[in-house]
Amino acid sequence: MTRAFGALLKRDLTLVVRTPGDYTTPVIFFVVCTTLFSFVAGKDIAVLKSIGPGVIWVSALLASMLSLEGLFRSDYEDGTLEQILTALAPLPLMVLAKAIAHWISTGVPLLLISPILGILMNLDSHSTAILVVTIAISTPTFSLIGIFGSALVISQKKAGMLLSLLTLPLCVPILIFSVSAVSAAADQLPIAGHLMLLGAFFVFTLTLSPFATAGALRIMLSN
Amino acid sequence: MWLWFHKLSTARHFYALATRLTPWLGWLTGLTIALGLYMGLVVAPIDYQQKDAYRIMFVHVPSAWMSMMIYTMMAVSGAIGLIWRIKLAHVACTAAATIGASFTLITLVTGSIWGKPMWGAWWAWDARLTSELILLFLYLGFIALESAIPDRAKGQKAGAILLLAGVVNIPIIHYSVLWWHTLHQTASVSKFGIPSIHISMLIPLLVMTVGFTLLFLTILALRMRAMILETEHQSKWLRQLEESG
Repeated sequence: MTRAFGALLKRDLTLVVRTPGDYTTPVIFFVVCTTLFSFVAGKDIAVLKSIGPGVIWVSALLASMLSLEGLFRSDYEDGTLEQILTALAPLPLMVLAKAIAHWISTGVPLLLISPILGILMNLDSHSTAILVVTIAISTPTFSLIGIFGSALVISQKKAGMLLSLLTLPLCVPILIFSVSAVSAAADQLPIAGHLMLLGAFFVFTLTLSPFATAGALRIMLSN
Repeated sequence: MWLWFHKLSTARHFYALATRLTPWLGWLTGLTIALGLYMGLVVAPIDYQQKDAYRIMFVHVPSAWMSMMIYTMMAVSGAIGLIWRIKLAHVACTAAATIGASFTLITLVTGSIWGKPMWGAWWAWDARLTSELILLFLYLGFIALESAIPDRAKGQKAGAILLLAGVVNIPIIHYSVLWWHTLHQTASVSKFGIPSIHISMLIPLLVMTVGFTLLFLTILALRMRAMILETEHQSKWLRQLEESG
């Protein structure tokens, strides 16, 4: 059981390492998207500072959602997914392995680049630190919500838009608490409550998403 | 009881029952809504603060209730479809989705028409408005997913799973959105405790809610019949029904 889990995780990560586009594109998208907002805000540093956390957050959310489209695609097309489905290892566990691989390949790079974006948005060092912490807690949640969405749109050729329509509304609570945590940090207010709620969302999706995703995959691949 | 329930869950028996009930439902809907509108627009007293403008409540509040009730009903129906593999339950989901989305849209539109004179703004990023808007997105997501999957049965099952994920998330979304300072008046009718709304306004409101529920059932029956005709157009019982008149 754990061997199958490890094997799938290793395979997915190897595939990612061999296609650098998989982990560089979301990061570049993240930076470009954030930069675009700074043009909209104009030269007013106060405006930029107040919308900064939100902008970074929305960009991170979009970057992780857009990268999810291809999560099952190649496995679906070449039949690997059917093999995984017929394997003895429990499907939710296999889903979890794929979600972890997705988080390592997109969530972690986003996490690493986010302090630089915080500086670009003129956030002070304390808020930047909190920004990084919220991204660290919430990107795994995005991967888990997103993997569920991408299982539902697996048979679609151009699934990006549909996937976003399905998953973005479900991400609203995370966005609210992450951004208010960073804003609270900027105002020197306590933030433990926000972080705990974000943690709770993570645990909640961690328990439910693999099963929901496995159910969705079984339906979509059944004939 | 179970046998009857089981019988009803087949397309054929449901079709027959719906055909018989629809005219009754339709007339009852018309009468109830007419009565509710008369009571709400003519009989109910003028509000001392909002004057006559509050009367839009008799459309706004029932639609808001319907929008939430239909989503819950769809989720329950989707779960029934997935667990007991009843096709008709999935048909009900698909048929209800557009109606639910329409009620949600009506809620949003009447809400902003009401909000303009009362709050001085068409739209406010207030908790209840935002939750309702997200509910609309959830409906649209469901409709988009179902229509994107060419295999109808598969699309309906995928949609049912999405509904379940949505219904788990709705309370979470609602309470997280509540975090913002809210402009909306709090719910004034609740089952527990004494409602803060006067009885002369409460009765038309409840009549309108019954009317809207009947309206929903009527449209649902019509749409489900149409969908059954579409999927079962080659089945034997339908041909026999056609021949017999």
